[in-house]
Amino acid sequence: MNFTGAFTPDHLKFLLEGFLVTLQVASIAIVFSFIIAAVIGIIRYAKIPVLAQILGVLVELIRNLPLLLIIFFIHFALPEVGIKFSIIMSAIIALTIFESAMLSEVIRSGLTSIHKGQIEAGRSSGLSYIQTLWHIVLPQALRRMVPPIVSQFISLLKDTSLAVVISLPELMHNANVINNQPGGDKFVMPIFILVALMYFIVNYTLSIIARRLELKTT
Amino acid sequence: MLDFTILTNNWDMYVEGFKNTLLTSLLALIGSFLFGTLLAVFRIAPIKSLNWIGTIYVEFFRNIPLLIIAFTLYAGFPTLGIELDGFQAGTIALIIYTSAFISEAVRAGILSVHKGQTEAARSSGLTYIETMRYVVLPQAIKIVIPPLGNQFINLVKNSSILSVIAAGELMYQADLISARTYVVFDVYIIVALFYLVITLPLSYGVNYLEKRLAKSN
Repeated sequence: MNFTGAFTPDHLKFLLEGFLVTLQVASIAIVFSFIIAAVIGIIRYAKIPVLAQILGVLVELIRNLPLLLIIFFIHFALPEVGIKFSIIMSAIIALTIFESAMLSEVIRSGLTSIHKGQIEAGRSSGLSYIQTLWHIVLPQALRRMVPPIVSQFISLLKDTSLAVVISLPELMHNANVINNQPGGDKFVMPIFILVALMYFIVNYTLSIIARRLELKTT
Repeated sequence: MLDFTILTNNWDMYVEGFKNTLLTSLLALIGSFLFGTLLAVFRIAPIKSLNWIGTIYVEFFRNIPLLIIAFTLYAGFPTLGIELDGFQAGTIALIIYTSAFISEAVRAGILSVHKGQTEAARSSGLTYIETMRYVVLPQAIKIVIPPLGNQFINLVKNSSILSVIAAGELMYQADLISARTYVVFDVYIIVALFYLVITLPLSYGVNYLEKRLAKSN
């Protein structure tokens, strides 16, 4: 183990660059996932015929597949049928597909956690179903959903490391690049320990925030 | 349309991968259940230093990617003179990672058992460990089974990352088949079906158990 050789300014800068890519990709994916998941969650909650069933099957399928397979499939299999994305786009699309399925369940259970009496009260005060959803159910459900959404973002940050298989220049990838240079075998342990700590610091901070929010909402 | 000759021509490799995926997931489930239970007991034991060890372990390993654990065992440990093959490194990594999650489930199960039970057992003369073993844990297990099922589904899915360290499971075999046949699309659709054969029935089973548990409460 060679700590001083491993933690040169060049290496540290390279790792930070990788971590920025991780954060960017995860942030873009969580925004898209949230929008798509909200649409899926509401359609399934409102039980819109046919559409709700089709989305239900899709969500079940995606949730039960490994994310690695989805990343691989988007980047390497789709070009065979003429659909080709850049590495970063493949990573964002794969993560968005997977996390939308996960998040849509969070949103659906957030919606179902709102008491039925609220809808009945809204409807009998003369609001339409959509008005009831928009003004009564969603605002209450959203508040309850924030902590699990933050947890999902933590998963997403961890999952972004899987994009290493399509050579996305994120943190894991950059760590491997440092370790694979000639003589890099002395750096492997120090670099991996540092990388683990970088993930830990960001994710642990987020998990504390999630817990605080949870205490506030309950 | 899917070319099913891919499946029939490479049947042995798919089955080999399927077996390895199941084997590593099962070994990891048993390992992380045992270790996770130990960690959960650490976290609620009336000894401060054990609480700390348990908490630090759980918080650390829950918040880092599984891939970094696998890489450290597979590529990092040999630099310290410890050689592990892909399957061993992968399975141990799965145990280290999943234990953190299972210990949270077991802890929630233990805490759900009423305090009076512990007090009653302790005042009938049982030691703390006997109380855990004979009174608390058997009752906690009922609540722990559904989340344990979910963790098994996660294990099956997560075991795919073993392909990155050449462990011979489903994803790895798919990589080999696709390198040999120059076909990607069909190879990975078929491997997806193999995963779903395991995970879909499990996820229905877990749903069923969760509903039954919700009713009994």
